[in-house]
Amino acid sequence: MHEMSLALAVRDLIEEAAEREKFAKVKCVRAEIGALSGVEREAFAFCFDLAMKDSVADGARLEIVATAGGGRCPACGRETPLTMIYDACAHCGAFPVEVTAGKDMRILELEVE
Amino acid sequence: MCTTCGCGHDEMKIEGVSVHAHEHIHADGTRHSHAHDHRGPHGHGDDHDHTHEHPGQEHHGHAQAAAQGVEQARLVRLEQAILAKNDRFAAANRARFAEAGVLALNLVSSPGAGKTSLLVKTIEKMRGRRPLAVIEGDQETRLDAERIRATGAPAIQINTGKGCHLDAHAVGHALDELPLSRGMVLFIENVGNLVCPAAFDLGEAAKVVILSVTEGEDKPFKYPDMFRAAKLMLINKVDLLPFVDFDVAAALSAARRVNPFLETIQISAKTGVGFEAWLSWIEKGAVAVGG
Ligand SMILES: Nc1nc2c(ncn2[C@@H]2O[C@H](COP(=O)(O)OP(=O)(O)OP(=O)(O)O)[C@@H](O)[C@H]2O)c(=O)[nH]1
Ligand SMILES: [Mg+2]
Ligand SMILES: [Zn+2]
Ligand SMILES: [Zn+2]
Repeated sequence: MHEMSLALAVRDLIEEAAEREKFAKVKCVRAEIGALSGVEREAFAFCFDLAMKDSVADGARLEIVATAGGGRCPACGRETPLTMIYDACAHCGAFPVEVTAGKDMRILELEVE
Repeated sequence: MCTTCGCGHDEMKIEGVSVHAHEHIHADGTRHSHAHDHRGPHGHGDDHDHTHEHPGQEHHGHAQAAAQGVEQARLVRLEQAILAKNDRFAAANRARFAEAGVLALNLVSSPGAGKTSLLVKTIEKMRGRRPLAVIEGDQETRLDAERIRATGAPAIQINTGKGCHLDAHAVGHALDELPLSRGMVLFIENVGNLVCPAAFDLGEAAKVVILSVTEGEDKPFKYPDMFRAAKLMLINKVDLLPFVDFDVAAALSAARRVNPFLETIQISAKTGVGFEAWLSWIEKGAVAVGG
């Protein structure tokens, strides 16, 4: 149900933007959902359709940009990929790695008319 | 939907009353009504004027008026965090706590790990030492707030309806009903769930995650975000250790793997074991926020 709250938050942000930027219809919503954000992308897409009902983004297409997880190892200073936040550094085996990518959940842009 | 602060979650209720209804209940359980003017920033001070400010909205993107009368497709750049609004409310709550010198703790766990039992015992043991207050989150019932009020401490119940976590906006409204005082410790019992509450900052000083010995010791791996976000882990129900297969060492090592900075205390809300350490952890936090 987390995903539903997020979808409703997206709706709020879109409605705010519609008022500010004077658009009446959203055709496409581009959102970034990081691999380490804890969000189920499929569940989010499902909730998105429900949450946009009767809003300016009713029926809008959702495009998800999935950013991969990554971090910086404080021990060796190198960048390392992360599939879980508690993964060890792929180079030297140290942990915890400081998460630098993949946590974000953002609305990037809207295609409107 | 509340057009003032933009909250669209009509099912969110405080003491059984919709967040934007005209009736209000106080922390001691009394109830009364008054008009709710939705044109100004809303909130409820002592005089029941609507004085608390919802945080301002940031403006991003650039308006590009479409050519007159022509429907034109265009791109609007937003680059906005999806939880930006929650984060703004959380920042406002945090500022309120800092100004009042209140330590706010966000208690999270799976359902039934013992959050309310721990709070009841904690209030009994802390009575007279510091002012205490509780915000209770639950999907449907008011039972937990009633259990807290039975101890004499003020409590406000937030019902989230289908929502599986508290959010900073609802907590802000609950705060309007709770008089804060310097040196107070405010406990916020979140909805029993280890997933969503990790993402929703309430403005608390720390998240306290409770893992009971009737659960699996691998929970930190299953819910890493929560264990990473927490500052303290209470391993509760240790009075049951002789009767269950729970491996404390394995739980501690899983938790430290996910969050090497996590502090841990073994405790029992039933027998009172571990409360000395827990109460001194709270005291340290309360002193740190200037209370
Ligand atoms: N033996 C034992 N039982 C406990 C302890 N702490 C809580 N319990 C029991 O565990 C059950 C759930 O406790 P609650 O305090 O209601 O748990 P909770 O986390 O508040 O539950 P929700 O709010 O529903 O998520 C109750 O039956 C408690 O009596 C403990 O330390 N030892
Ligand atoms: Mg409870
Ligand atoms: Zn390394
Ligand atoms: Zn509101």
